[in-house]
Amino acid sequence: MWDYSDKVKEHFFSPKNAGAVDGANAIGDVGSISCGDALRLTLKVNPDTETIEDAGFQTFGCGSAIASSSVLTEIIKGMSLDDALKVTNQDIADELDGLPPEKMHCSVMGREALQAAVANYRGEEWSDDHEEGALVCKCFAVDAVLIEDTIRANGLKTVEEVTNYTKAGGGCSSCHEGIEEILEMVLAEAGEDFDPTAAAATATPAGEPVKLSPFQRMKKIEAILDEIRPQLQRDHGDVELIDVDGKNIFVKMTGACSGCQMASATLDGIQTRLVEGLGEFVKVVPASAAQLAAVGA
Amino acid sequence: MSDQGIYLDNNATTMVDPTVVEVMLPYFSEQFGNPSSLHQFGNKVGMALKKARKQVQALLGAEHDSEIIFTSCGTESDSTAILSALKAQPERKEIITTVVEHPAVLSLCEYLEKEGYKVHYLKVDNKGRLDLNTYQNLLSDKVAIVSVMWANNETGTFFPVEQMATMAKAAGVMFHTDAVQAVGKVPINLKESAIDMLSVSGHKLHAPKGIGVLYLKRGVRFRPLLRGGHQERGRRAGTEAAASIIALGRAAEMAMEHMEYENTCVKAMRDRLEEGILASVSHCFVTGDPDNRLPNTANIAFEYIEGEAILLLLNKMGIAASSGSACTSGSLEPSHVMRAMDIPYTAAHGTVRFSFSRYNTMEEVEKVIAAVPPIVAQLRKLSPYWDGEGPLEEPEKAFAPTYA
Repeated sequence: MWDYSDKVKEHFFSPKNAGAVDGANAIGDVGSISCGDALRLTLKVNPDTETIEDAGFQTFGCGSAIASSSVLTEIIKGMSLDDALKVTNQDIADELDGLPPEKMHCSVMGREALQAAVANYRGEEWSDDHEEGALVCKCFAVDAVLIEDTIRANGLKTVEEVTNYTKAGGGCSSCHEGIEEILEMVLAEAGEDFDPTAAAATATPAGEPVKLSPFQRMKKIEAILDEIRPQLQRDHGDVELIDVDGKNIFVKMTGACSGCQMASATLDGIQTRLVEGLGEFVKVVPASAAQLAAVGA
Repeated sequence: MSDQGIYLDNNATTMVDPTVVEVMLPYFSEQFGNPSSLHQFGNKVGMALKKARKQVQALLGAEHDSEIIFTSCGTESDSTAILSALKAQPERKEIITTVVEHPAVLSLCEYLEKEGYKVHYLKVDNKGRLDLNTYQNLLSDKVAIVSVMWANNETGTFFPVEQMATMAKAAGVMFHTDAVQAVGKVPINLKESAIDMLSVSGHKLHAPKGIGVLYLKRGVRFRPLLRGGHQERGRRAGTEAAASIIALGRAAEMAMEHMEYENTCVKAMRDRLEEGILASVSHCFVTGDPDNRLPNTANIAFEYIEGEAILLLLNKMGIAASSGSACTSGSLEPSHVMRAMDIPYTAAHGTVRFSFSRYNTMEEVEKVIAAVPPIVAQLRKLSPYWDGEGPLEEPEKAFAPTYA
């Protein structure tokens, strides 16, 4: 059984706004019956204020699909259309206190139904911008289609590169066989063989690392962390530099990163980037309570 | 059992029978010896294993007790059988199996395809039945092994494995059957059959998890999966899981004692459940071949609703079952068994399997019959394919969502 949050259970067992809205003037139908999830979202939009006055859903789907639909209607009721369009699938998942990785697509379906309904209201044609594949990486919820497309678009050749671009395989590493299979398949299309021993291409040019002064080194560390930051923020997390002591770089993980079960994998990722960027071995360590107190963090 | 709820998922796993637990317990403590040891500690365990082997032999109707090889599970038995046939006959590069096998066989076959083997997957009709003419035409001296399940885990539908084994034998091809769902529920008499290898899983017949059997007919060429010690006559190395083997022996004996009960009383409960649900819920049907299946399995497709949602609501009422929907397994497709039978998606995702054991009661059956209709109605009320009392007209046209 899935490890559903109490919020998911609550919205599944007692869904809000089930059924079609009377006098709806916006309808969004999305989903795929072959995958077992489909959703019709009906909205009543006030034409003068462009505010969603009422929302209802009809869902063919599992517990989390029904819960995602229910919570979506609660989120958007009373919102203006423009604000509603800013609702992300992560917002839906957050409102449910999280979804299992295999079930994140339920929140995506909710967001897409909303977009489709707004397009329908505005008389626009809505088309889906992505195709969903079989889930490969369970740690970061990355599917096969995304991996395949990313390999093609960026000419990737190794599992490590796939991890760098998509995060897939960056956690427990159980899916590396699956990633290798996708690499084999895509490379074979171009008449190339997958080489498991090939080194990942690094962005940093080869050559002797330039000797940095302590101040330059500190600036460099901060610059590298700033590069990583958008990725963390996309997952509602962040990282803060607390101290540098020789090879040890002390950081504080904040937001969704703090207490995240993937925090150690994230630290490993940050460490790899710092090692590459600085051209020397460093160790990224979570800052101690005393260190945090010293900087008032 | 009823204080813990109503357990109708016995094709997934069964409760270890309390008397089975009782016979195995001493082998964790006072009888801890290694059966290979010469001293009295080991010797007694060795004698107990011998008895268990006889008990399993009797349940399978095997000619010799040395045809019983204890393994760790059904999956190990399946892998051992198929890989042995390939190793022993390296010139044969083809395998025949079916599209509705358990992943224990299907995933291995898909892997073997990547290794260069040719796998023929026999298709089924909408009742889950095979076409034996197609099968006959595929048998040749290129085929290393046929692996076909005795009874399907989702629908309970039987395949005519004894007949298929005879056909394979006539063509000089080895025959294996994954019988994990059938053993203990239907009489089996291997000494009268042409079946070369057969897989058993202990936990499907009230023995513990982690113990299985591979039946290997005397004289069939064999190559072990695990090499090492001399255990199981060198055919499966590794110190015997003594307590579990002894438990399986007792469970096998009890299964024989209850064979009649299984095929009368358990079957009557299953039939009553189906009849009760079909009479009170519209737009649902039994999948598989109702006239030729396990006595304990009912698989019902509830149209226009999704299986995981049904299971969650059943679970809330203390009723345990399973589903072939994509969502219960986290995959993108509903059960391969339902797809193979060409069950439409609007029904395949709503399939629920109720599987019984001798521990269920008619009282439980009546409770489930009462619980199901309101659950189905509740979910259909949410379904975009449903309107009031019935499905929309041409439901798949009336609601045709954008693929997302």
